[in-house]
Amino acid sequence: MYVAVKGGERAIDNAHAWLEDARRGDRAVPDLEIAQIREQLALAVDRVMAEGSLYDPDLAALALKQARGDVIEAVFLIRAYRTTLPRFGSSLPVDTGAMQITRRISATYKDAPGGQVLGPTFDYTHRLLDFDLENGQPVPPAPEADAQAGPVPHILSHLGREGLIQAEPAGSEDVPDLTRAPLEFPAQRALRLQALTRGDEGFLLSLAYSTQRGYGRNHAFVGELRIGHVRVAAYLPELGFEIEFAEIQITECESVNQFQGSKTEPAQFTRGYGLVFGQSERKAISMALVDRALRARELGEDMADAPAQDEEFVLSHCDNIQSSGFLEHIKLPHYVDFQAELELIRKLRCAAAQGLEAAQ
Amino acid sequence: MTAETLSRRDWLGLIARAPLPLLEALWPDDPPPFDWLRRPETGAMMVQGRAGAVGAGFNLGEVSVTRASVRLQCGAIGHALVQGRSPRKAERAAVLDALLQTAAAQDVHARVLVPLQEAECAARETRARRAAATKVDFFTMVRGEG
Repeated sequence: MYVAVKGGERAIDNAHAWLEDARRGDRAVPDLEIAQIREQLALAVDRVMAEGSLYDPDLAALALKQARGDVIEAVFLIRAYRTTLPRFGSSLPVDTGAMQITRRISATYKDAPGGQVLGPTFDYTHRLLDFDLENGQPVPPAPEADAQAGPVPHILSHLGREGLIQAEPAGSEDVPDLTRAPLEFPAQRALRLQALTRGDEGFLLSLAYSTQRGYGRNHAFVGELRIGHVRVAAYLPELGFEIEFAEIQITECESVNQFQGSKTEPAQFTRGYGLVFGQSERKAISMALVDRALRARELGEDMADAPAQDEEFVLSHCDNIQSSGFLEHIKLPHYVDFQAELELIRKLRCAAAQGLEAAQ
Repeated sequence: MTAETLSRRDWLGLIARAPLPLLEALWPDDPPPFDWLRRPETGAMMVQGRAGAVGAGFNLGEVSVTRASVRLQCGAIGHALVQGRSPRKAERAAVLDALLQTAAAQDVHARVLVPLQEAECAARETRARRAAATKVDFFTMVRGEG
């Protein structure tokens, strides 16, 4: 039976008008400015940029305002917008070794060259609500101290010099892009990293946690976590040289993982890698742990059957726009499908009742 | 900072990364007459990272950019690829790039590039000094002997 689904335009228009009214809220309260969201809800803005896969703080702030603070809805808006942008080209790989550090810690070396720099962290706070914030008290500028210029080398490079950690192979010039070609399995690590960096933070956090609890155990240390600013350079053919056309804030996590050795690899440390737009260390650490878990097969580890080690499972489910799109479509009209199911149940019951009668 | 120390690739980058309000404040002038070679167009550049910081490249995500190209009446050609979505910023950047190849270069260097570079250095210096204030000084507690 075909059921025509038409109508409801007025209801939809009015629902959207109410949505807009509700988004604005009490008119006695001042309207939020984009700059306020960008400056004061910066970590939400960072998450929208990372999962929306577009670095543009003002746009992410606008998306958060329009989405009433619903992060995944804001990510959806950014993803939709980015499909309208022509792609001009690709940058050179960013040099995170040249990052201007705002935070840099290591859980493996106390006295790493360059030192442990805490930066603006929630760590060591007592997680007590600060009721002074209700009154908008003036905030003094952050303390300063004399800074020593000089490189802050990656901590894992020390292990690399001794050959105690597995080397990172150089890749081909041709970097695969999952926004241009559908994901196929098995996927290269480059595609896995792209999927993870734009993947849902909550999903990756849970998977990373599952590896710590024993589902695909690969005991991880945070070799280094760094947050800071890097410049992005690209070669411009019309000029014949590269320019550093942008500066972005990113978070990088390098994990160091125990590895007993396998049939193909000697005993050595192995690596997991996380790199995320903005200040997003929970995401970067999660990404590093899941990246390492997904390398189980390439490292020849036995028993690589935990959820976090299953590439197809992880990569097919980590994108919150794909997953929420499919999840939420089931609330849309399925009148015909349901009618068919209803008919089927009635027929089965009827047949069963007749069978019962015949048996008696 | 002298004008001569900035190469074209340096100034293109410096202007591309600059916040528009600062650029406008330093150079509020109407641009000299020019023709568009490429009108401002907003798009995206894919940013790449490296697996394990040093390994194979991978796609991290895009950054919004705007590009434009102009030709001044004297024939000087200016290009711009700037961070963000502002056509106005791309226009300003392309015109400045062209002007920096003309007799006006010294004036533009002094009025625009030097303050832009100072502002960028000052922002970096502030970040570095704040980071330095949060650097951990470990000390070892003296342990009793015997």
